[in-house]
Amino acid sequence: MKSLAFPAAAAVLLSVTACGSGFDDQQAAPRQQSSGPAALQVLMASSGDAETSAVKQAAEAWAKASGNTATVTPAQDIHQQLGQALAGSNPPDVFYVDASRFADYASVGALEPYADKISDSQDFYPKLRETFTYDGRFYCAPKDFSTLALIVNDDLWKKNGLTDDDIPTTWDELSAVTKKIKGVTPLTFSDTRDRVGVFMVQAGGWITSADGRQATGDSPENLQALQYVKGLLAGKQAQFAKALDAGWGGEAFGKEKAAMTIEGNWIKGAMKADYPGVTFSVHELPAGPKGKGTLSFSNCWGIAAKSKNKAAAISFVEAMTKTDQQLAFARAFGVMPSRQSAKDAYLKEFPTDAAFVNGADHAQGPVNAPKMDSVLADFDAGLQQLATQDPQKILARLQKNTESALG
Amino acid sequence: MRSRTRENLAGWLFVAPVVVILGLFMLLPILMALWVSLTGWNGQGSPFRAGVPFVGGDNYARLFTEDGLAREDFMTSIRNNVYYVAVVVPLQTALALFLALVVNKRRTFFRTAFYFPSVTSSVAISVVFLFIFSNSGAVNQLLALAGVDGPKWFSDPRGVIQLLVGDPPAALTEHGVLGLTWWDWLSGPSVAMCAIIALVVWTTSGTFMLMFLAALQNIPKALDEAAMIDGATRWQRFSRVTLPMLKPTMFLVLTLGLIGTWQVFDQIYVMSQGNPAKTTLTPAFLSYRTAFRDFDYGMGTAISFVLFLIIVLMTLFQRWVMRERKA
Repeated sequence: MKSLAFPAAAAVLLSVTACGSGFDDQQAAPRQQSSGPAALQVLMASSGDAETSAVKQAAEAWAKASGNTATVTPAQDIHQQLGQALAGSNPPDVFYVDASRFADYASVGALEPYADKISDSQDFYPKLRETFTYDGRFYCAPKDFSTLALIVNDDLWKKNGLTDDDIPTTWDELSAVTKKIKGVTPLTFSDTRDRVGVFMVQAGGWITSADGRQATGDSPENLQALQYVKGLLAGKQAQFAKALDAGWGGEAFGKEKAAMTIEGNWIKGAMKADYPGVTFSVHELPAGPKGKGTLSFSNCWGIAAKSKNKAAAISFVEAMTKTDQQLAFARAFGVMPSRQSAKDAYLKEFPTDAAFVNGADHAQGPVNAPKMDSVLADFDAGLQQLATQDPQKILARLQKNTESALG
Repeated sequence: MRSRTRENLAGWLFVAPVVVILGLFMLLPILMALWVSLTGWNGQGSPFRAGVPFVGGDNYARLFTEDGLAREDFMTSIRNNVYYVAVVVPLQTALALFLALVVNKRRTFFRTAFYFPSVTSSVAISVVFLFIFSNSGAVNQLLALAGVDGPKWFSDPRGVIQLLVGDPPAALTEHGVLGLTWWDWLSGPSVAMCAIIALVVWTTSGTFMLMFLAALQNIPKALDEAAMIDGATRWQRFSRVTLPMLKPTMFLVLTLGLIGTWQVFDQIYVMSQGNPAKTTLTPAFLSYRTAFRDFDYGMGTAISFVLFLIIVLMTLFQRWVMRERKA
């Protein structure tokens, strides 16, 4: 019995690997479909039903006008689904790429650098173009963007005897006003680089250099920022959202546990849906020693380098990033258009969003370098313990890890 | 001789479907993963084509010998999981045995009640526990009734042992091994991990209770009665008669418990994603994150192979401990 075991197993394996030969794919560029209507696959990471149906509608309109078809699929977990599709050499033609993950995709050659073929590509905000540029090439067209601003609870503001003049515009004013607010936590935000990072930008620092090649974590600017935040935390002038039993700043703010929070434009929708009774206003973040600063978050329309329908995909993105279409998306699910030419029309419709839109001029995008996810997760772990740990040590760690990740 | 060959052939024919299925869906993927763990494959296209860089043992070296974030994360996850296993396995086994002994004499209501958590989706239970352990949740309210100021469960990265000891002696913080200081190694499970431990013990003990229950009902009554006639006390009957009879089941429960706890993933994924401050990071979750977030599939699979090795070694060790000893 035993003597037969090995040949049998080997035979099974051989037959299986024979089936598996379909895995091997050519390294050469994928052959482009030259004639006939293209069937585009679009994978999106939807923020909700509103976004899904708006994008589906726009895709249908494009399909009708161009004679192609476009199938829009909302993803459950877009990174995992894309990872599997890319490994199987059969990715969707067009997909959302989160700015914080952009460099990972670009560095492994998953993305087609098409963005300069989109008409009037200089119209995209310069900061957004920088966000989606890797190795000097502008890869993909920004879909839309969000920035962080200071959200103030108007009722709590008045109750503490504060007026519009007290809205802080500098760090000093922020320190002063947070001492005046009694009864609730003055300021709250999440304990991640995506919120604490605004102070680093305002102090003139950031995790990497603008081109994403150098680690700049342990700069004196960053140290100044973290020490400032640590000071706020120590005096209970600010508390992390988790300490207030909230998943994010907007929740603590909505439950009126805090008078101010630092959040993005998505907070409008959340407040309307969950805390309609809370009145609030939006202001630009207070300026730090090196001036104003905020963070921007964005997605771009990635086109797969392995797509067989690149021409159709570019035409699809062209349609999705038109000024009018972006304004329609803005109305449907509350994002801000990525084109500067849409700014005035957008502000006319949403005048209260001025603080968010104006942030585009001094907004820092996510870290634009590959292999940084675990480094940044480690930095977040450090920030979570900012109240008890030495900022210098946290930054030294960040610096060391970033250097080794950037190689 | 001839008929023996025919017999062999027939035997193989009968097991062929299982061999094919196991080979196709278990052995082959494992071998493929083993190959990936030896490469620097970045997830683009097939890992089996030419041009995928072969790095040999580099991925494993980064986990064990090279000073860096990769090793630190991995060792942190190992530390977390060691504490997790060390607490969960004894607790869930003891609780399961206790429940089985209680339920053995009583009717079906309690059996269903105790088994219920095991058949409920772990994701659903995890979400419920998030509420129970939230800062103003049921647990903290109960603690408040007793006059205790409950911790902020899921945002508290302090280790339990560190909390008990207080300020660390300098000797422990200044030296270390494998990228972590001794003080880090000795932290104990964090407060956040304790909440997850409570959840897992509660959900899994029902399943193991069922196994103990089946074994208990297989023990002949006569043995118990014989011991009674010999004048054995209740405790003696339990420790000298019942427990030895349960040994095979005990081995099964411990083995399944060990394997399950080393592979803990869904609770971590749903409840904490490794936070706060990496104290709930486990090798299984780290492997997922390394592969799918950093596109470092080689390292991700390397972690899973080390995990596999750990489980095999632990199980062998446990077999050796629980082996039949000739008197």
